[in-house]
Amino acid sequence: MSTQMYKPGSYPNLPPPPGTVGFYGWIRNNLFSSISNTLLTIVSVVLVYYLIDGIIGWFLFDAVFDADSKIECRKINDGACWAVITRRVGQFVYGFYPEAERWRINISFLTMFIAFAPLLYPDLPKRKWLLWFSGIYPFFAFILINGGFFGLAKIEYSLFGGFMLTVILGVTGIVCSLPIGILLALGRQSKLTVVRTLSVCFIEFMRGVPLITLLFVASSMLNYFMPPGTNFSILVRVIIMFTFFSAAYIAEVIRGGIQAIPKGQYEAADALGMNYWQTTRFITLPQALKISIPGIMNTFIGLYKDTTLVVVIGLLDPLGIGRAALADTKWNGLSTETYLFVALFFFVSCFAMSRYSLWLENKLNTENK
Amino acid sequence: MSFLSNIWRNEKSREIIVQIFVLLCIGWFLSWLISNVDANFKALGKDISFEFLFIPAGYDINQYLIDYNNRDSHLRAGIVGLLNTGLVAVFGIILATVLGISLGIIRLSKNWLASKIAYWYIEFTRNVPILLHILLWHGIIINTLPHPRKALNLGDVTFLSNRGFYIPKPLTENGIELVYLFLVIAIIFSVLFFKYAKKKQDLTGVQYPVFWINFSVLISLPLIAFFISGMPISLEIPALKGFNFRGGMHMSPELAALTFALGIYTAAFIAEIVRAGILAVDKGQREAAESIGLKSSKVMKLVILPQARRVIIPPLTSQYLNLTKNSSLAIAIGYMDLVATLGGISLNQTGREMETMVIVMLIYLSVSLSISAFMNWYNNKVKLVGR
Amino acid sequence: MKTKILLAAATAGVMFAGSVLASTLDDVRARGKLNCIINTGLAGFAAPDDKGKWTGFDVDFCRAVAAATLGDADKVNYTTATGKTRFTKLAAGEGEILSRNTTWTFSRDVDLSQTFVGVSYYDGQGFMVPKALGVKSAKGLDGASVCIQTGTTTELNLAEFFAGNGMKYNPVPIETNAEAQELYKAGRCDVYTTDASGLYATMSSFDNPADHMVLPEIVSKEPLGPVVRHGDDQWADIVAWTLKAMMAGEELGITSANVKSLAGKDNKNKEINRLLGKDPLQGISKLGLSADWAVNIIGQVGNYEEVFEKNLGMSTPLKIARGMNQLYRDGGLFYIPPIK
Repeated sequence: MSTQMYKPGSYPNLPPPPGTVGFYGWIRNNLFSSISNTLLTIVSVVLVYYLIDGIIGWFLFDAVFDADSKIECRKINDGACWAVITRRVGQFVYGFYPEAERWRINISFLTMFIAFAPLLYPDLPKRKWLLWFSGIYPFFAFILINGGFFGLAKIEYSLFGGFMLTVILGVTGIVCSLPIGILLALGRQSKLTVVRTLSVCFIEFMRGVPLITLLFVASSMLNYFMPPGTNFSILVRVIIMFTFFSAAYIAEVIRGGIQAIPKGQYEAADALGMNYWQTTRFITLPQALKISIPGIMNTFIGLYKDTTLVVVIGLLDPLGIGRAALADTKWNGLSTETYLFVALFFFVSCFAMSRYSLWLENKLNTENK
Repeated sequence: MSFLSNIWRNEKSREIIVQIFVLLCIGWFLSWLISNVDANFKALGKDISFEFLFIPAGYDINQYLIDYNNRDSHLRAGIVGLLNTGLVAVFGIILATVLGISLGIIRLSKNWLASKIAYWYIEFTRNVPILLHILLWHGIIINTLPHPRKALNLGDVTFLSNRGFYIPKPLTENGIELVYLFLVIAIIFSVLFFKYAKKKQDLTGVQYPVFWINFSVLISLPLIAFFISGMPISLEIPALKGFNFRGGMHMSPELAALTFALGIYTAAFIAEIVRAGILAVDKGQREAAESIGLKSSKVMKLVILPQARRVIIPPLTSQYLNLTKNSSLAIAIGYMDLVATLGGISLNQTGREMETMVIVMLIYLSVSLSISAFMNWYNNKVKLVGR
Repeated sequence: MKTKILLAAATAGVMFAGSVLASTLDDVRARGKLNCIINTGLAGFAAPDDKGKWTGFDVDFCRAVAAATLGDADKVNYTTATGKTRFTKLAAGEGEILSRNTTWTFSRDVDLSQTFVGVSYYDGQGFMVPKALGVKSAKGLDGASVCIQTGTTTELNLAEFFAGNGMKYNPVPIETNAEAQELYKAGRCDVYTTDASGLYATMSSFDNPADHMVLPEIVSKEPLGPVVRHGDDQWADIVAWTLKAMMAGEELGITSANVKSLAGKDNKNKEINRLLGKDPLQGISKLGLSADWAVNIIGQVGNYEEVFEKNLGMSTPLKIARGMNQLYRDGGLFYIPPIK
């Protein structure tokens, strides 16, 4: 290459060397930058090809979406038989909730987003007003779903099922566990030995045993601890267990938040003459909760996924509904379709929530800088 | 009156009063619960007794690491279940760690395609409940693998079928003691050599290829002993007899499904932990290490990983704990772990919910607490000192 | 000292609460609905249809009790239970009846403090195998993988049968019938064992039922029937006599079609009159039931034969023969005490 001299300041703007920018450049940099990288790319492409080739056809193109039974399905095509889902979609969503009353679930579900919006999006306009709605929402939803007031028919808990049950268990569990979790987190940080020990015992116990054993306790033993003759529904008992369980996890998340607050904040509060409750109310909690929101969100996602375990004690969540459908002579043997459908539902909802949590985390990070 | 208000104003005495009050409340609550249990049990004619642990269980278990038959006691059935829990937890943890670390590294790979595939794989896996993973894997294994009579035959010694994976089982014969002896010698040698090499490096800076030397000693010494003593290990090869394969070592489809499901599910979380751990190491550390001329493998091994490890270990341990606890879902596919034996069939046959569940919970609790204690100890050990 | 007082107060409170317990019948009447614990899904006995309505033999029995006590067979809430959770659910008060093909055994009756009120279905544990396996007798099952449902008497029967015949087996314990069925079909097990009725129910749901067979050996006695909580004799009597009324209906030729006309006239057979409330039945008020209780049961649900044929009989995919489950006069085991 010949060298060329330029006067200072007169160097021309040459184009970048070929193959380092643009489409080809991107491909070269990201897919074929070295031998090992090229191999990795080839393996990946082969993997993707087989995945698409093997699964998509079964999943979509050869699948049957409406038929009267599995045998009918097989007559039409040899792909997945989604008819088991489409024929029972009402059951998968609402369980055995009476068809004429399902609007109550729909309204509760839609208004849930309005109730949660001011909590999830801090910059919402008219947030103050919406917060009032968030406050009354639990009662509103309870009255609407459960009935028994204002001429709404009372709906028995044993009719609850499907995705509605998943959402009810998850949301109630997390909402009820927040105050308990906050108290436990404060208790664990407390100067008082007795309070601290009790909090630690409770948290470690709940985190130390599998959720399924707690559910067995809820289903078989919780009634023994109540005065004889008390008789409350399995749904309530399961919610109690879910609440305690997630309270322990939330307590740990919030404790992390409390510990992340710089010491200077407490010193400043002390200097202002604030007492413990004032410090907690105005200094500790506002900051700790804000930091903990992504963690709480993750706990919620975990709890939401864990609601599938109720099938083991005989409640009819989507998995339970699916299994009941499989017990029907007509749909027997379609477990892959059923399980995949439920898996997809959980994937979509959990993925959306985890994206939100990530967005929030980034937002908080930038705000703090 | 002023005496009382003084007591209340004094911080120390106030704290004591509050604590006594809390204790009284808790004591009252507990006694209320206990009296309820007592009244309920009286009404139902039940009592609390652990004698059932010593009566014959009466049921069979399909996988036992210690001898068991249906005349053994419920206690022994519980121990068999506990060992099964341990087995699947160990397998799952190994799989999750290997897969999780690989995925975490692929996520950070410069290869866009591989990184994206790993990303979607992780997202899909961790956003689907573990119970569904277990059911799906079990379904896949029993539906896609062939019946034992048409089992996939790998070299006439290993067989894959929907009744499980069969591999040859090594049987020891006379003379095996020499192999064990040589193995012990090799281990002692490698420990001593490791210490010597480290000391030497600290003093003089000379580096020995410690890993390769130790590795070859550990392999070759027992191998030499094996040939000297006339090959005292024979293989018991599984063979199809009647309905099933017999002989050899056997991994049931339930164990396999549970291992895959737990391993793969947990791996997705571990991958994120590993990725976050590596990213948490300050960029300057890598640049500094590169600028003093370390090779990229050494940069990873000596600079990045030791620092990432500090961030990775605590969440990693809690993932291991989660995996162990999640293994209790074995009940959904009929793997006989602790919850399925003692907390399942035993509970059913004896009707002693209270006793069995208390035992099961205490066992899980003690495992969790001891692992947490170990983790705290380790954390303190690797914690950054000063700052 | 203080705790002791509190303890005493708490205990007193508990005893007081215990003494004001209402009877089960009052609970049901006050609620206006019967809570019934059923299977999570077993074809012919209890399974939801596409509309979400539960149907089956066990379900119809719940309906019969609702008809007797509330006068309306549809006033039932169904709660599902697995084999494992059923007794605890009953004990916890989640249902007034457990109608979930439950075997009557000594230890369940005595040790678990349940009350078995009668036998609605005589069953026995059998084995189902694919015909292709070439097994003709359960004695030829040495070394087989066996799918069993947990939480049942099945596990113990199986262990005893195989040990008694000096055979080995590989148990695959499963929670629900649907799951066990999947495993059997996928070939995870050579044999599926449960009550013979359950085997027929399962077989009926296969694509090719003819490819499978139930082996001739029945290795246990499984008298299945409804269960209630210990301690309320009135309620136990109601449930017991609901079952007997259905059987009496069959014996006396009362069906859902003719019950109205029979109830309206004076029949030659005075037992019909007494059952249907035409002639007074001594003590029916002690049960807390109205005189037309049996009319409601048979009119709204049917007599035993109708219920059996509708859910399990030859016209259904299950195709179960009556066998032991018919009246003594037809060669079965049902011998109903006189309605007097």
